[in-house]
Amino acid sequence: MMPNQDFLRRLPESDRALRKRDRLQQRLHLDFWLLLLLLTISAGGLVVLFSASDQSLGTIKRQGVYFVIAFVAMMVVAQVPVHFMRRMAPWAYVVGVGLLLLVVFYGVGAKGAQRWLSIGGFRFQPSEFMKLAMPVAIAAYLGQRHLPPVFKHIFWTLVLVSIPVVLIIEQPDLGTSILVAASGLMVLFFAGLSWRYIFAAIGALLLSLWPLWQFVLHDYQKRRVLTLLNPEDDRLGAGWNIIQSKTAIGSGGVPGKGWLQGTQSHLDFLPEGHTDFIIAVLAEEFGLIGVLILLGLYLLVVLRGLTIALRAQDSFGRLLGASITLTFFVYVFVNIGMVSGLLPVVGVPLPLVSQGGTSIVTLMTGFGILMAIATEPKRVTR
Amino acid sequence: MSEARQFKDHHREARLFFSRALFAGVVIVLLTALLVVRFYSLQVTHHEDYVTQSDRNRVHVLPIAPTRGLIYDRDGELLAENRASYTLSVVHERVEDLGHTLELLSDLVTITPNDIEKFNDQLRQRRRPFDAVPLRYNLTEDEIARLAVNEFRLDGVEVHAQLVRYYPHGEMFAHTIGYVGRINERELAGFTEEEYQQYSGTHSIGKIGLEKAYETQLLGEVGYQNVETNARGRVLRVLESGDPKPGKDLVLHLDTELQREAFAALEDNRGAVVAVDVKTGGILAAASAPSFDANLFVTGISFKDYRALNQSADLPLFNRFLQGQYPPGSTIKPVVGMAGLHFGVVTPEDTIYDPGYYRLKNDSRFYRDWKRQGHGTKVDLKQAIAESCDTYFYDLGHRMGIDDMHSFGYQFGLGEKTGIDVPNERRGLWPSRDWKRGARGLPWFPGDSLNVAIGQGDVLATPMQLGVMVATLASRGKHYRPQMVASVGGEPRPPELLGEVSVSEEHMNVIIEAMEEVVHGVHGTAQRIRRGAPYRMAGKTGTAQVVAIAQGEKYDSEALSERNRDHALFVGFAPLEDPQIAVAVLVENAESGSGAAAPVARRVFDAWLLRETE
Repeated sequence: MMPNQDFLRRLPESDRALRKRDRLQQRLHLDFWLLLLLLTISAGGLVVLFSASDQSLGTIKRQGVYFVIAFVAMMVVAQVPVHFMRRMAPWAYVVGVGLLLLVVFYGVGAKGAQRWLSIGGFRFQPSEFMKLAMPVAIAAYLGQRHLPPVFKHIFWTLVLVSIPVVLIIEQPDLGTSILVAASGLMVLFFAGLSWRYIFAAIGALLLSLWPLWQFVLHDYQKRRVLTLLNPEDDRLGAGWNIIQSKTAIGSGGVPGKGWLQGTQSHLDFLPEGHTDFIIAVLAEEFGLIGVLILLGLYLLVVLRGLTIALRAQDSFGRLLGASITLTFFVYVFVNIGMVSGLLPVVGVPLPLVSQGGTSIVTLMTGFGILMAIATEPKRVTR
Repeated sequence: MSEARQFKDHHREARLFFSRALFAGVVIVLLTALLVVRFYSLQVTHHEDYVTQSDRNRVHVLPIAPTRGLIYDRDGELLAENRASYTLSVVHERVEDLGHTLELLSDLVTITPNDIEKFNDQLRQRRRPFDAVPLRYNLTEDEIARLAVNEFRLDGVEVHAQLVRYYPHGEMFAHTIGYVGRINERELAGFTEEEYQQYSGTHSIGKIGLEKAYETQLLGEVGYQNVETNARGRVLRVLESGDPKPGKDLVLHLDTELQREAFAALEDNRGAVVAVDVKTGGILAAASAPSFDANLFVTGISFKDYRALNQSADLPLFNRFLQGQYPPGSTIKPVVGMAGLHFGVVTPEDTIYDPGYYRLKNDSRFYRDWKRQGHGTKVDLKQAIAESCDTYFYDLGHRMGIDDMHSFGYQFGLGEKTGIDVPNERRGLWPSRDWKRGARGLPWFPGDSLNVAIGQGDVLATPMQLGVMVATLASRGKHYRPQMVASVGGEPRPPELLGEVSVSEEHMNVIIEAMEEVVHGVHGTAQRIRRGAPYRMAGKTGTAQVVAIAQGEKYDSEALSERNRDHALFVGFAPLEDPQIAVAVLVENAESGSGAAAPVARRVFDAWLLRETE
């Protein structure tokens, strides 16, 4: 037998080795491995956040509540049948774009950005919803086509991706728009987009950098890129964050300074220590060892996600699962890359560790979809 | 769509997806490896560079404590000031081995186990990292010099001048001004974020008395300094600063000389004196003896000192004039008499026969007069007050009933907190029908009214309440809120009239004349104190039976009998024609209002009315 090809078609009913645990997972619509990993990261995240928030129990309690809400949301979403998600996909997309349009006209916000909708005192960020609606919609669209996709389908996919992305860039929210675009394009990649197109796109992107720089990027976004290239230029202004976070990380060494002992984080040198820059606190206090453990956990989550996508029943499940997983990795990579000075500073939180409820709920809802795919009842034949 | 599905090659799509997923997996592993390499470079290869950088990274924001507002007496004499004191403190984060450092320090300066204990307590509290924790206050010149010489081996140890509260008259104002003390854990936990910031440079907070009541005004606003320090935390230069705003000064109505005289007049007795400015309600003197040295509490009282104060049978920590609730005895007779006139129960001309006791109909009980043989025939109201005839007031109380007596006495502030600007006052007890039903579940008996009419039974009042009562009599019915503080930060606090007693001029005159008789009449109970006085006074003596001893008091059998003796009381005001000062005196277990309490009042009157004025 050729296991590589065969396991895709293997039917659970024929698998005598099917264990009790698998049946339980099936019934609960949960994936225990994934659940265990997510809980571990969340718990570790609270420990780091406690230090990063200057030992504020209030922050930890609030974050704990968000985790509970997020895990409940995940479990609820995990119960939704995958075919129902596929049917709802166009509607989710339309609603998402509609909300983003509302933000343009009625949005509220702070610091020159307009990102929120305020409905009866309750604040809601439609771009968060789009982070999930986008891969679902694109996966539903491409999942029904011949794969690899032909030019016509690629074109329409790009149109579908760019509408919300442009709306989000306009808010302006570069970080989120990149993530939303990535979650859509990721589907295209997994659908088998020809390498020719991919290379062509990369070439075009490089060529368009100049006009992008000149006409699209806001001043503060340009400054971020510039300070990334040479942070020493502006020690007390835009470069401050990067210098301070690198100092925090570097001074941590291999074993770290110990929990609650980080000087950079606690002397208030490190800005945003409890939100986007939290990994600098982790690196300072738990050292390289702590960073390796966290990266290892993230890697396991991603690999588990890909495994689930591989075992999915149809193209829709595969594309969606892989896109959600990869988007999660993009979060991780962009955040850690930015804090360690590899990437420009774009406001992306570190998944499950940074303070803030919205990002956690969105992420966990995504994992809920992944679990729904993982535990979808197997169909014998088509 | 269905057309498309027919031709879908699922196996081919799955294979295609597998290859893409494999590719993605490889990219992910590579990117993760890139991050690992990056962190390795930062944390291992360049670790030393960043440690240096982190050490250089020492721009601190130092809070600068505001100067606490000063407290002056009415003549501008300083009652609470801030003295520079050199404090030794330790920044835990900069000390490698705390035990070793403490050992070194104890060789150089005197450090008691008590200091260490307090220091450890503070280390355990929530605080900002790199905050200096005080270890020893009041360093001597020698100690400062020794520390300076050894500075090089004392990383994380700081000596700095700090303003510490000092009370020049430590004992005299301990119960009025109170004291500040170190901020404790409970107070810290109760702080809002803003308060937490406001106190970031401050180690002490008002604990009792005016220091507590006016805490927000006295505190001021915190300032800051951005300083660059070296790796050892020594300040190299100041980059930027914002000045703190000093707290507001308080000027009190209190008069230091009068306060001193009040304490002197109480001699070694336990007791209280309250002197009120009749025109404003300002408190001129408020003494509770014995007292204690408020300075003991400022930098943290030692356990031994505290135990000595707390376990003393004389209760020096107990604020007698504000929290001591005593039966007012006969001192309330002027008020009860005025109520009788006002409600038409008696006229000034009505007289009774006093055989030395009073009996209710259908009641076998004898209500005794303090004078066994009685005050004789034809006792009228004036004589009843002047000689403190109980029988007259039994009869009056019985005929008036509790309801009128209660509502009238209430106008003088009996049974109600006086509203003085010092915290933790008690309200005393001015009984009523409702109170008795609620507290005891019993109806009002006629005998109860008899006891209330002579200020016994359930009646309780603080010396402060008695002071307010007599000041209200002295001002012919004007009931002012008693106030300690005359002005805050130069802003005067106006007198506050709480109410005016509804009584006719004529009835008021009768009572005041009767109170004059107490001092100046031939048979007046306080006639002894008039000798040599160049002014005329009015007053009322009182003797209160001690029913029970104050709670928490530890006593030995020998002291017991002494402490069961009656309390001596006196209330009065002077000069009669244009009253300026009203005084209430309580001397515990001194038995005789006329013998023990009235002379104290006389000395206070003299000190105030005969003082040399510029």
